[in-house]
Amino acid sequence: MSFVQNFPFFSIIIAMFSGIISSVLPAKAARRLCTAMITAVVIMSGCLLIFTVRTGESFNYMMGHFPAPWGNEIRAGVLEAAMALFFSVIMLFSIISGLGQIKEEIESTKQSLYFVMVNLLLSSLLALIYTNDIFTAYVFVEINTIAACGLIMVRQNGHAIVAAVRYMVMSLIGSGMLLLGIILMYDLTGQLLIEYIRDEVEILAASGQYTVPLTVSIALMGIGLSIKSALFPFSTWVPDAYGYSITPSASILSSLVSKGYIFLLLKIIIRMIGFDVIKDTKITVIFFVYGVLGMIIGSVNAIRETEIRRMVAFSSIAQIGYIYMGFGLGVEAGIIASVFHILSHAATKSLLFISSSALIKVSGDSKKFKDLRGSGRRNVLAGVTFTVGSLSMVGIPLLSGFVSKLLFAEASFRSDTLTMVITLFALAVSTLLNVIYFLRTVITIYMPQDSCPLSGSGVLTKAKNPPVFAAVCVALIALNLFLGMMSEPIVNLIKSGLSMFG
Amino acid sequence: MELDIFRYILLAFLILCAVYTCIGKGLLRSIIVYMSYSLIMSIVYLLLESPDLSITEAAVGAGVTTILFFVTLKKIHVIDAEEKIEDENPDAQIDMTGKQEKLPDVNPKHRRLVGKIFTASGILICSAIITVLIYTVSFLPRFGDPNNPVNDEVSERYIESGLEETGAVNIVTGMILDYRAFDTFGESCVLFIAVCAVMIMLRSDKQDDKEKENNNDRFYEPKNDLILQKAAKILVPVLFMFGIYVILNGHLSPGGGFSGGALMGAGLILYTSAFGFSKTERFFTMKTFRIVTCSALTFYCVAKSYSFYTGANHIESIIPLGTPGAILSSGLILPLNICVGLVVACTMYAFYSLFRKGGF
Repeated sequence: MSFVQNFPFFSIIIAMFSGIISSVLPAKAARRLCTAMITAVVIMSGCLLIFTVRTGESFNYMMGHFPAPWGNEIRAGVLEAAMALFFSVIMLFSIISGLGQIKEEIESTKQSLYFVMVNLLLSSLLALIYTNDIFTAYVFVEINTIAACGLIMVRQNGHAIVAAVRYMVMSLIGSGMLLLGIILMYDLTGQLLIEYIRDEVEILAASGQYTVPLTVSIALMGIGLSIKSALFPFSTWVPDAYGYSITPSASILSSLVSKGYIFLLLKIIIRMIGFDVIKDTKITVIFFVYGVLGMIIGSVNAIRETEIRRMVAFSSIAQIGYIYMGFGLGVEAGIIASVFHILSHAATKSLLFISSSALIKVSGDSKKFKDLRGSGRRNVLAGVTFTVGSLSMVGIPLLSGFVSKLLFAEASFRSDTLTMVITLFALAVSTLLNVIYFLRTVITIYMPQDSCPLSGSGVLTKAKNPPVFAAVCVALIALNLFLGMMSEPIVNLIKSGLSMFG
Repeated sequence: MELDIFRYILLAFLILCAVYTCIGKGLLRSIIVYMSYSLIMSIVYLLLESPDLSITEAAVGAGVTTILFFVTLKKIHVIDAEEKIEDENPDAQIDMTGKQEKLPDVNPKHRRLVGKIFTASGILICSAIITVLIYTVSFLPRFGDPNNPVNDEVSERYIESGLEETGAVNIVTGMILDYRAFDTFGESCVLFIAVCAVMIMLRSDKQDDKEKENNNDRFYEPKNDLILQKAAKILVPVLFMFGIYVILNGHLSPGGGFSGGALMGAGLILYTSAFGFSKTERFFTMKTFRIVTCSALTFYCVAKSYSFYTGANHIESIIPLGTPGAILSSGLILPLNICVGLVVACTMYAFYSLFRKGGF
């Protein structure tokens, strides 16, 4: 057994360990520990990715002295390693670009607690990616939920606390449904290890036994996770939670937390139940319908919004809709497109949140569009970054958003005609709506600023970008271009990852 | 047969309590009914032959949670407000500060209609979900049938070679702290992160806030209640002894870290509410809490990392299992139980004091 194979376990455990000891450290040390830990996870995930690409197969890792199905187990392959690498990179960018805001906006005595949340959140994301045991996944879903609430409410004002309470209520309903689904599944199969459940489910599906409870269990898990990842009708908590929390929190929540749940759902769909059984239960149709609805209604809401942060949040709902639509197409190409869109959206959304907060800062801390006029000139770098992000969201070639739209459209040709027509129509409408609200924002930030006074008490300032912020902006733009231009090898990577994954 | 009737009565009560908790008027009554719900649940667990769960449910569900609800209600003055408003106007809305809520200028008729639609659709959705779930249950494998899917090679090995492989007489402890120790570590972290989240929310760190909270606390809590103090003097040592017994015998008899820790936490809370924070602070402060929790979790993390690492890399572990049945046996399980117990006890007490006065 190669030493590299220990890395998934190491990265989960160091994230948990640094979360635990951060609680007794002073703020400064906790900050350093957090960045060091995330960097270590980035490096380890990178090594793991190279290792798995070279060996070309995934491996199981026993947690303890007992083999599966008696003990816990984690499993890593190309897809898992790539996700872990990507998630930890985005996490690192979000945290280091937001260190200034964390220092300013959080009470100094509570900063180390914030890093406890961040560290444990990363550990739970990694565990959701690597775990091969559905109950372990549930335990880490709990950690993830509480940590995400902590990230929202750490800014101690009314809006943020209400947003956190809303998030918590919705998220706990989702957890409850997930748990019920897992219990039913255990009752029917007697297993918790994902691969062993798969064997039992195949037998059950072939013999036609327990069809009703099996369907209900799959539906409960699917709905539970879609509530938690903000699929359209369950997404009422999104604008407040993303709009009123501090920037690093918003960018982590929108680009990582919801994606972690989607990855778990992907694991349940492909590895635990099997895509064919899922298609027989018709739950893919539900994903498809609500995905399409979310794409359009999320964008319509974004157009009606008057604040930049909430607009970006509404656009997240639309993008989550894309991902679920990809699952709902019922073809493998759709899943590949969805996985690519997870990456593309995570890269773009964190970029939009980070750059928009810099734009807000130079406009007297006002989020209103009318105060943001000219902010792209006051902070040139943030303006350019925001523009790149917007263009990527709209789907301009060379940027990542274009590739994912192309992949969705291609995937729809392999589905039946009605689905194809609806998908293409939804893509067209959604792109048009994206153009309206993103380009309107881009035009707003480059308009000459009005002589009329700001709505708040703030003053317009010139920007001084700290070097870390500049580096993060450049890196995120580069990441976006990389995903857009080098899509061929990445799609191949996802393909080979998915074939190991199932 | 008689036991069956008893079971049906219990289940009927369970449903009644659940319904009343949701629709009953007055938060205070709902909480008390909720407490009896937890007690019934713990008896049901006992009848289903899972005493470990039963102890935990009784201590956490019926004990600590109820106290936390009470403290919160008292803190936001809902209990006083409820009594007052019931005298004056039974239909008035209570908001969190006890004052009348100021509503935005919307047509009251319109508001009432929206409210009605909201309630109706809520009831509709809930009954739909309940129907679906009950319908599903009718298709599930029959409870207690030996041919059920759950009675497979997994539970067979836990039951037949659990004692030999983990050294724990109590198979449940062997399962959660050895076979599936990673999950349990996650669960301990759930408690830990929950306390951290509550601290972010409620801990008052500014000096004047602290003083204000202290004064408030003395104002609203009973001081030197003789009955409470006499009862606490008898009960607290018993609770502590029982908690320590449950923790230390976790691998031999029902119970373990979670249940024992919850018992000890309940003991600490009882002591504090009888004698006040000044007495407790002689031996338990914020610093103690941080050191104890952090070192217990660190020990858990390091010990389990060792065992995971050696297990996965097929290295022989050097920790002896000892003779089953002796108090010093079953390898890491005893120290891990102590760690979990400490974390749980500290967490329960921390919740109480954070809810009551925003700190220790």
